[in-house]
Amino acid sequence: MRAVRFVPLALLALLLAGLVWRLATPGDTTVGSKLQGQPVPAFALAAALRAKPGLSAADLAGGKPRLVNIFASWCVPCIGEVKVLQALKARGVAIDGIAVRDRAEDVADFLARNGDPYERIGSDPQSGVQISLGSSGVPESFVVDGRGVIRYQHIGAIEQADMPLIMAKLEDAK
Amino acid sequence: MKRVVLALALMAAWPALADSNLPPAFWSDRQLPDPRQEAQAQALMDEIRCLVCQGQSIADSNAELAGDMRDLVRRRIAAGEKPAAIRSWLVQRYGSWISYKPTDEPAAWPLWLAPLGLLLVGAFLLRHRIRLRRS
Repeated sequence: MRAVRFVPLALLALLLAGLVWRLATPGDTTVGSKLQGQPVPAFALAAALRAKPGLSAADLAGGKPRLVNIFASWCVPCIGEVKVLQALKARGVAIDGIAVRDRAEDVADFLARNGDPYERIGSDPQSGVQISLGSSGVPESFVVDGRGVIRYQHIGAIEQADMPLIMAKLEDAK
Repeated sequence: MKRVVLALALMAAWPALADSNLPPAFWSDRQLPDPRQEAQAQALMDEIRCLVCQGQSIADSNAELAGDMRDLVRRRIAAGEKPAAIRSWLVQRYGSWISYKPTDEPAAWPLWLAPLGLLLVGAFLLRHRIRLRRS
């Protein structure tokens, strides 16, 4: 019965150990979309640029997998991502863009500076479609198969090192 | 010399802008004309977690995405949608993570059972104390 005395101390030690462990290895704070494996919710976005068509859910069910990239001209990591998207495009990947909270002149300027890997760009001025896709920031990308089903979500910029992963996900979506 | 230049350069540095150039969405910081609907919207916004400032509700957060979500909530309430339907629409997309309201999923059972457990422990301790005193 004497040992019972040390129970509070042991609990305290356990609590401290837990706290130290969490401090040393912070948890993952990214919020993934729960729509993976489900069809893209219906949407129709006006064109972000006059020279390019807008984007709707129907465009994403055209029989071939596509990469939907959520970006913005005011997003710094998006600048570096364009180069990688260009490289994916060179390998035959069809890429569409959703420009979040953006103006036509800013998008045009962004593409003129960094390159333009997009076939279509929809303008999402109040993040409505971004929210309906379960995306929580820019940049994010979705691999959508030919039937319009979301197969993979990539949170953050697609880096050079992520290219094989993205290619594999697009291959799986065929 | 190098240090001076570096210090001057640092003084001129500007934090990278992480916000868009567009104004906030119409209903993000504006109350609905119908006070009953606004109260419903406010109650829901207090319980929806901001995706950017993850410790805050969208009612408290100044993030643009939170503003857009307040706009979305107010628009849907004004259109006659029930708060519970809007919450479940968001949970479908972001998981129960997005809602501050505890769910009845098995993962939350310890949360609901903890008060009962603590009451039992308290009763046990009390009984022990009373017995000690009597003896």
